[in-house]
Amino acid sequence: MAFWIASSPHNHNQAKTPSLMRLVIYATLPGILAQWLFFGWGNVIHIAIALITAIVCEFIVLSLRKKPIIHELFDGSGLLTAVLLGICLPALAPWWISVIGTIFAIVIAKQLYGGLGYNPFNPAMVGYVVLLVSFPLEMTLWQPPLSLLSVDLTFSNTLTTILTGFTVEGYSVEQIRHTIDGVTMATPLDTLKTNIGMGFTANESLNNPVFGENFALGWEWVNAGFLLGGIFLMVKKAITWHAPLSFIGSLFVCSLIGFSVSPDSNASTMFHWFSGATMLGAFFILTDPVSGATSNKGRIVVGIIAGLLVYLIRTLGGYPDGVAFAVLLCNMATPLIDQYTRPRTYGHIKGDNDAR
Amino acid sequence: MKSIIERISRGKLWDFHGGIHPPEQKSLTANKPIKPLSLPKQLIIPLQQHIGREGELIVSVGDHVLKGQPLTLSTNPMVVPIHAPTSGTISAVKQAVIAHPSGLKQLCVFLDVDGEDTWRPRTVCPDLDTLTPQEIIKKIADAGIAGMGGAGFPTHIKANSKPDINFLIINGIECEPYITSDDLIMMEQSDAIVDGIKILDKLLNPAFILIAIEDNKPKALKVLEKATSDIEKIMVCNVPTKYPAGGEKQLIQVLTGKEVASGGLPIDLGIVMQNVATCFAINEAVRHDIPLIKRVVTITGQALDKPQNVWALLGTPINFLLEQCGAHNTIHDKRPVIMGGPMMGFTVPSDLVPIVKTSNCILVPSKEEMPSAYEQQSNEVECIRCGKCADVCPSQLLPQELQWSAKAKDYPQLEKLNLNDCIDCGACAYVCPSEIPLVHYYRIAKAEIRQQQQLDLKADKAKIRFEARKFRLEKEKLARQEKQKKAAAARKAAMEKPSAEATGAKSAVAAALARVKAKKAAKNNAQNQTATENTTAPGHDVSNEKSQVAAAIARAKAKKQQKLDSTQSKVTSMASTEDKANCAQTTENIASSSMNDKKLKLAEAIAKAKAKKQAHSAHETITNNTVKTANESDLAAASHQPHQEELSNDTKKQRIAAAVAKAKAKQQIKQQTTEPATVNNTNDLTEKQADNKSARIAEAIAKAKAKKKEKKSQLTDNK
Repeated sequence: MAFWIASSPHNHNQAKTPSLMRLVIYATLPGILAQWLFFGWGNVIHIAIALITAIVCEFIVLSLRKKPIIHELFDGSGLLTAVLLGICLPALAPWWISVIGTIFAIVIAKQLYGGLGYNPFNPAMVGYVVLLVSFPLEMTLWQPPLSLLSVDLTFSNTLTTILTGFTVEGYSVEQIRHTIDGVTMATPLDTLKTNIGMGFTANESLNNPVFGENFALGWEWVNAGFLLGGIFLMVKKAITWHAPLSFIGSLFVCSLIGFSVSPDSNASTMFHWFSGATMLGAFFILTDPVSGATSNKGRIVVGIIAGLLVYLIRTLGGYPDGVAFAVLLCNMATPLIDQYTRPRTYGHIKGDNDAR
Repeated sequence: MKSIIERISRGKLWDFHGGIHPPEQKSLTANKPIKPLSLPKQLIIPLQQHIGREGELIVSVGDHVLKGQPLTLSTNPMVVPIHAPTSGTISAVKQAVIAHPSGLKQLCVFLDVDGEDTWRPRTVCPDLDTLTPQEIIKKIADAGIAGMGGAGFPTHIKANSKPDINFLIINGIECEPYITSDDLIMMEQSDAIVDGIKILDKLLNPAFILIAIEDNKPKALKVLEKATSDIEKIMVCNVPTKYPAGGEKQLIQVLTGKEVASGGLPIDLGIVMQNVATCFAINEAVRHDIPLIKRVVTITGQALDKPQNVWALLGTPINFLLEQCGAHNTIHDKRPVIMGGPMMGFTVPSDLVPIVKTSNCILVPSKEEMPSAYEQQSNEVECIRCGKCADVCPSQLLPQELQWSAKAKDYPQLEKLNLNDCIDCGACAYVCPSEIPLVHYYRIAKAEIRQQQQLDLKADKAKIRFEARKFRLEKEKLARQEKQKKAAAARKAAMEKPSAEATGAKSAVAAALARVKAKKAAKNNAQNQTATENTTAPGHDVSNEKSQVAAAIARAKAKKQQKLDSTQSKVTSMASTEDKANCAQTTENIASSSMNDKKLKLAEAIAKAKAKKQAHSAHETITNNTVKTANESDLAAASHQPHQEELSNDTKKQRIAAAVAKAKAKQQIKQQTTEPATVNNTNDLTEKQADNKSARIAEAIAKAKAKKKEKKSQLTDNK
């Protein structure tokens, strides 16, 4: 009698890539919920557009590359990229922004490099940066929190704004972004940067309504949502603590130093933590295994560098937020970091027989 | 070392990197006692069941063997013998599928069990003190004990280690899921195990003995603690459950915090490790003279009705074991049957694979409990570099980088990444979310590296051989060239320096050539006496031809004269003298005209030819005449050769004189032969002497010389 022959190990923990990706998508839900609560339907609509675009793009590319379509289309990686890109976009940006961003992310940043596992850069961040560089105007169409709006942004209003640039009632995007006082509003980070550039102190800037009662109205809750999702992923052991914690730790230390040296021109540490894309970057972008470092030591190094870069871009750079750039720069450095953070093999003396 | 013991006694241990916690599933069999089995009908006993070489077979087909009787003989320390597990008749010795991951075939002894189970005579040894360590080691070696934890390293080698052993570690970890054979043997045979440990203690005399048991075996832990409570140097260590804590290197790290250097052995750290089942077997062998013929095997898996541990005779086919454990109707084709545990075991190709010394478990999982074992094709997807494999690797390797290099067949990079330190534990493949069969890739790469190394070794040897041959041929060629050069130089020197021997050598060659020519000419004469003009020696210059023509004329004349002589003997004596004088004159002319060696030689050759011819003709007439003249003519004929040799030594004049003398001598012979009856030889000579004084003197000289040379030539001929 012949038996089935297989190679050991015969057991497997049954944790597979698609389920891992699904878990990460689920973990974004608290953050998306907070975005929806404070900023309306904008990002949800963008996420939906991005998802559809991602599926279409993956289908086309996979059939061109003669790959097993069903198998790879639903491995969740493309969907996760779309969700992350949708979260990042300004809520009132036109529809083609998310379409172009997703196409670039999926087709060029991911599939043209060889698909899942081969992309050197985080696809969502590549898509985002391409949009940021190519369409600066559209990418600043940040919408203030709903509570500060004079226009009632319902789902249909948001949808028509994204599709046509005008609400059902005929308000333009610019009109929506004006507060009741008639002042155009930007994100807290943008506002702070502009104000400090105009000579205001950080404290004076904080009187702006976009900062709300704590650090950044709405944004703080969005960040808290992503932090919650991140903790969930860490508990589920889908991600390790190394990259996210070293990132927010590094950002904390940098902003603390900046704040202590010059409190007038620097925002507080908590403002840095709970505004912009800090928590999303920490738990969902930096932890991307494909483009990140493979060893825990390497992840810590990546986190520290990313935190420093984010702080530098936010305070000194030309863009209000720097998470996307910081992540891409770290992606570039990853192979080098991996090279220098190889663990010492059992029974070897540190440094002998190094694979360099 | 003290600090290590203190730390252990405080219950603190070290940890090793990585590790996993797969479902243990030990409860399937852990609570059931070890079941003794009835005898199977046939046993299939592979000759080699350990690491090393197979022994020399000492039984043959048809032999009846008793239980415990050795079947092979150990001829080498790396050979451990095998024994008949029960009594019976050997029905065959042939190749059969053995317990090997590749389903290899190996020579096996087929034993038809007679059911009697008759022991060979045994000598029980109750008192250890009567045995010397050498005797104990011999008993262990003769009992065929090889490490029973899985590797199967010959135990007597490990038990015969150098002194200064710090730790003897008894491995009762059993970290593989499902397997409980060590657990059960510890629970049931703790005293025998402790006795075995004592024997090892006597042999190795370690500073401390550590019995390591994972904390998922509390009963075994308790039993062994109790059994060893009165022995100071034995400590039972409660090791936290984590796969692969039972790996030799990992266990050493857990217990002592030390690492075995890559490529090294535990003995380098003063550590020897033995499996608990091996300790039991040592005790059986040394005290009870029972060789290793049975072992505890865990038969488990949810596909079986009655999973349990059994005492299985070595050589029992697994189908017999599976039947005993309720697998009658659950075994189908294309179902995995794993020998060993789920992490490092291997699927067996057939149900006739026998149990060997290293088989600790037969696992038949159901599809529900181990779906990945049933997947007929790999679900492998691309690596996403998540790094989980590196997190769990107990050797702290980078499995994902190894995998890329293994797929790319980048063997130098694999060696740089320390692939050889991989212990095949399978933790990386267990956690891989992309379901990459990492260990499989490493095994292939390791095998290919090994093969490449062997090929390289072979190629290196071939290269050395080839280069040595090339060098030798070159040397021989040079030696030959040198020799040729020397010879050429010698020849050149000889040619340039007109020394006596050199010219002698040269002229000897020439003389030989001339002789050949003359012989040919003589033959031609004999064959074709009338048409002598036609006979020409091949490849000669004009002077030669000329002389030949002259010689031919002379010959013709001589013949004519001969004819005349036979009819008118008196008159022709003068005529022939004249004729011969003419002939001699022609040779004289030729000799004088030829100034160089070549010409001289030619002249000489001609002279020789003439002499021969005349001798020939003289001989013809002599046969009709007296014996005396015949003798004389023989002498004259023989004299021509010495003349040649003289010629080469003498000056030109001398040579000419000699030629003249020769001619005269010939003439004389002619005279002798032509007028044998009427004219007295001596009278004729005196007449001639009166006529020509100088000719006479020359003749005398020539004669004397001829005689001398004749003697010489006779001597050389004799030689």
